[in-house]
Amino acid sequence: MKYLALLVVLLSGMALIYTGLDLPPWGDPNSPASLHVSPKYLRDSLKDTAVPNVVTSILADYRGYDTMFETTVIFCAGLACLVLLRVSKVERKGAHFRHKATGLVLHVKISGLLEHSREFERIDTQWVPHDIILKTMCRFLIPFIQLFALYVVAHGHHSPGGGFQGGVILGASVILLSISFDLRTGLQKVGELKIGLMSATGVFIYTGIGALCLLLGSEFLNYGILSKILGVDPVMSRSLGIFGVEVGVAITVMAVMIGIYNYVSSEGRLDEGL
Amino acid sequence: MGWHIDIIVLSFVVIIAIAAIEVKDLLATAVLFGAYSFMMCLLWSIMGAVDVAFTEASVGAGVSTVFFIAAIFHTKRRSQD
Amino acid sequence: MPDAIAYILAKYNYWMAVILMMIGLYAMIAKKNLIKKIVGMNIFQTAIILFYISIGFKKSGTIPILEHNGHVIDVAKYSNPLPHVLMLTAIVVSVSTFGVALALAIKIYQEHGTLEENEILSELEQ
Repeated sequence: MKYLALLVVLLSGMALIYTGLDLPPWGDPNSPASLHVSPKYLRDSLKDTAVPNVVTSILADYRGYDTMFETTVIFCAGLACLVLLRVSKVERKGAHFRHKATGLVLHVKISGLLEHSREFERIDTQWVPHDIILKTMCRFLIPFIQLFALYVVAHGHHSPGGGFQGGVILGASVILLSISFDLRTGLQKVGELKIGLMSATGVFIYTGIGALCLLLGSEFLNYGILSKILGVDPVMSRSLGIFGVEVGVAITVMAVMIGIYNYVSSEGRLDEGL
Repeated sequence: MGWHIDIIVLSFVVIIAIAAIEVKDLLATAVLFGAYSFMMCLLWSIMGAVDVAFTEASVGAGVSTVFFIAAIFHTKRRSQD
Repeated sequence: MPDAIAYILAKYNYWMAVILMMIGLYAMIAKKNLIKKIVGMNIFQTAIILFYISIGFKKSGTIPILEHNGHVIDVAKYSNPLPHVLMLTAIVVSVSTFGVALALAIKIYQEHGTLEENEILSELEQ
């Protein structure tokens, strides 16, 4: 099997290299890829949308239809993980409780016996001691990570960034909370219902802005017509439309990243994680 | 100077990719895969694609490695080939 | 001979992208562990992204963020932004596929108790 695989790989590689001989040299400013539509985007982006970051203006304005379906793909991936892994009826095999003063660990099979006691804390099956440095440092870091993520979303017009990057960093901050404490703490802050609602809200915001443009009399996702209700000139309304759409993408991406981590790290049961 | 770094980083990327699929311990594969993502991010920022490099750094070297380790935690850690 | 070496070095990025694609394809076909196949798929995807970004590179160009100074914009001074946009969508799709593939691998392990392809196939034939 390995020799067959090597043969297939060599033949495909030689075919691809033979095709690559016809490509223009690397780094050529006059290659055909850079001569058709991109000069128009580079010249008109500042004039039409007042956004200096050309990648953001192409992503959310000139090619906004693609980005809407990309957001839908992320939403469907979160949905697929939910459908595959979620186990609805969880029979409690018993929980572990640890006495804080002496370190004694009890395995309790009757549910609800020691839940609200002050001397006992609930621990996972694979609990490691001496993690107070980790907990304190992560507790300091998480608000700053979230602040940076909001900065990345809002500053996507002038610097590299935008909705998707900010959404991933926001999701990563809650995943950090779930890793350094435990999954139950993460679920208390952002529960399963909130994640489901947020991931749908992001797609709804994106499509809603497009439908609003349709209702006001222009084409779908043509943000210039929003100047009727926002009260600014059409160039600034395109810039604000790009920002609104990026917020929608960030909300969906954050919810789906947290959701996939929850389901994969607990095998669908949502009781204990990594 | 810009494109000399390109050749060195590209050679590193190929070596890391071959190592990531040949080791038998899946935790080592996860770590090497994160290193591969970081090298790719460096390569794209050399070529001027800063948005793509930012996305790959946050996704590949951040969230994707965490998903990988979470999945290995619940399946076997050692692979047989 | 130095002519051929200069010719190879001129398009070095494209040959390296092809080599990475072939490494990914080999991992997807020949490895028996399911997680290694998933890693091979992701290596293939990032190699394709490398190829596209190499097409949009200009040696005299900088990052595609325009300056506010009101001069005439010289197109040859900025890297081509269109491949960057397409590849942002590709990275998003690749991370989504990676998450769903890992969920499938966990489910297969719960059903069959192993992640090696030959053991799963022999168990299915019984």
